[in-house]
Amino acid sequence: MEYIDMHAHMVSRTTDDYYQMALTGCVAVSEPAFWAGWDRSSADGFADYFRQLTEFEPNRARQYGIRHYTWMCLNPKEADNREMARAVLARIPKFLTHPNVVGIGEIGLNRNTRNELETFKDHVELAVEHEQLILIHTPHLEDKYKGTRLTVETLQSYERIKPHRVLIDHAEEHTVKMILDAGFWTGITLYPNTKVSAQRAADIIEMHGAERICVASACDWGPSVPVAVPQFALEMRRRGHSEELIRHVIFENPAEFLGQSGKFELAPKQSKTLGTAATVN
Amino acid sequence: MFPEYATCPLTEQKLLDEYFIENRTRLLEIAAFLDRLDRAQEQSSSPDFRTRAFLQALEVLFSSAENRTEQIQMIFSDPTLEPLEALNQKSARGAYQRV
Repeated sequence: MEYIDMHAHMVSRTTDDYYQMALTGCVAVSEPAFWAGWDRSSADGFADYFRQLTEFEPNRARQYGIRHYTWMCLNPKEADNREMARAVLARIPKFLTHPNVVGIGEIGLNRNTRNELETFKDHVELAVEHEQLILIHTPHLEDKYKGTRLTVETLQSYERIKPHRVLIDHAEEHTVKMILDAGFWTGITLYPNTKVSAQRAADIIEMHGAERICVASACDWGPSVPVAVPQFALEMRRRGHSEELIRHVIFENPAEFLGQSGKFELAPKQSKTLGTAATVN
Repeated sequence: MFPEYATCPLTEQKLLDEYFIENRTRLLEIAAFLDRLDRAQEQSSSPDFRTRAFLQALEVLFSSAENRTEQIQMIFSDPTLEPLEALNQKSARGAYQRV
């Protein structure tokens, strides 16, 4: 079955991972800008990373028949550094016109500090100014509930924010309802240890429905599985859910959300079965 | 559009047939982890905040609440809403340290 991995940090993965993803039906990935696992020493380092996301990575994905889309930002792990944040944000606008850039992300909070919140607001204003989609990271573990609440409340303070153009990611059992109730899209990310398993993701779909919810691998440089989305599909099948429902979650939902960027395209074969959810080549 | 929402399509019997063994394994892993903590060479005079949260979460498992997962998530969560004044550490530790 075809699928779109809505959140995958492919710069951290090998070409073998692209190969496995292609073999399991992946036709497109969306790659948010991310923390390298260590703090970068200059804004120019970020600019190099943005070139990697917009120039090098799409070519690597194309070799496996996978479309590569990306998001620009200074990630939440480095967002407490306000001076660096200002310098990086100043470098972002020139990348926004690139054909594979679909928005600003993944922005948000890490430990829920005042500085992180200010950097988050700077990114939101940049996105509003340039009419970009927004992809939001929510904090890990004990910080997730508080960070998600702060995120939702901050976004609701902006009159110009359209909830259907914002995806608040890494939702779990205690945060998914508050995100959906506020009208935003949400994402469930499948991690072996720190986030949600395929079984719990299926539980969340059963309890909250499949509208405005995407499921992604969020594969990166840490323990993570690049073929986690087909593993989720298998879990749904194991429980007897319909192929139509599974496709809705792993293909049509991300296509509908990303399609709002005006840049997201699928090959003709794929879009034949998609209806109006995505742009046709 | 998708009528199977809100419930798991499998019967209780089928769920047990499909998932009992893997969850039995998970339960034994937790038991072994607690035994391992008891066998640790150096024991703290008072339980670590993570141990306290873990044991509190186990109490929820024994309850008949319908939303055990969400309740356990909240036991581990920071319930406050005031942002931190300054960054004190880069990474989360899995449980909120209540004073």
